[in-house]
Amino acid sequence: MAARLSGGENRLVSLPLSRIRVIMKSSPEVSSINQDALFLTAKATELFVQYLATYSYKHGRGKEKSALTYSDLSHTAEECETFQFLADILPKKILASKYLKMLEKEKRDGAVGGDDEDEEEEDDDEDESVEEDVGS
Amino acid sequence: MAERPEDLNLPNAVITRIIKEALPDGVNISKEARSAISRAASVFVLYATSCANNFAMKGKRKTLNAGDVLSAMEEMEFQRFVAPLKESLEVYRREQKGKKEARKDKDKKADSEEQDKSREEENDDDDERMEEEEPNEEEEVDN
Repeated sequence: MAARLSGGENRLVSLPLSRIRVIMKSSPEVSSINQDALFLTAKATELFVQYLATYSYKHGRGKEKSALTYSDLSHTAEECETFQFLADILPKKILASKYLKMLEKEKRDGAVGGDDEDEEEEDDDEDESVEEDVGS
Repeated sequence: MAERPEDLNLPNAVITRIIKEALPDGVNISKEARSAISRAASVFVLYATSCANNFAMKGKRKTLNAGDVLSAMEEMEFQRFVAPLKESLEVYRREQKGKKEARKDKDKKADSEEQDKSREEENDDDDERMEEEEPNEEEEVDN
């Protein structure tokens, strides 16, 4: 059978190649993908998931509670250059009340807060302080 | 990036397992964190694909190959992935070759039956089940 190069599974790669391929093909400029390239992308994605998780855990505050939290991840996206491409999809979160105060302040200062997207998170099982997404 | 239909997500169960195996025992992963990592992984695929495609275009090729992906990793500052990826690729190639041989033998016995031509993988199920890698013999060609 395949050698175990990544921990846990006996198979060489766990992520389904067909799904990876769907994502890759959604990129408009891509015409075709060699099978080796597909495999490498899937494998790289697994390595990426591992790296993102361990890095965020190591550098985040969830460690104190033996947990990996959303804010550990968004912290990583903001602080670590390698993960900065994730900053837009992992925005920092603040209390809704703080955000409203920010808006009021901007209004007073004459600045126009144009690009606020009020997106509610569906799964909100973090502590109650997390309410609104704010694009950083 | 386009909107996010279900197809662009990776299976939750697999993502969760990869995370759990990477972290020390007993660490809790919030549902929100898990979902965030999953989204990040999809973005990573897109970013890597786009980057690899640039290398292919530079080489005047229309098909992404292994070298393009590896170059993309360096470009994206994930050099640490390159060595393990190369290793895995060797194993994968050996596996694929082994499967090819096995199929050839089977074909000889089975009496000229057209089993797998190079077909698109569109038939694959897209739900969250884990699946075996597809034994594709040749490059995929887009129609």
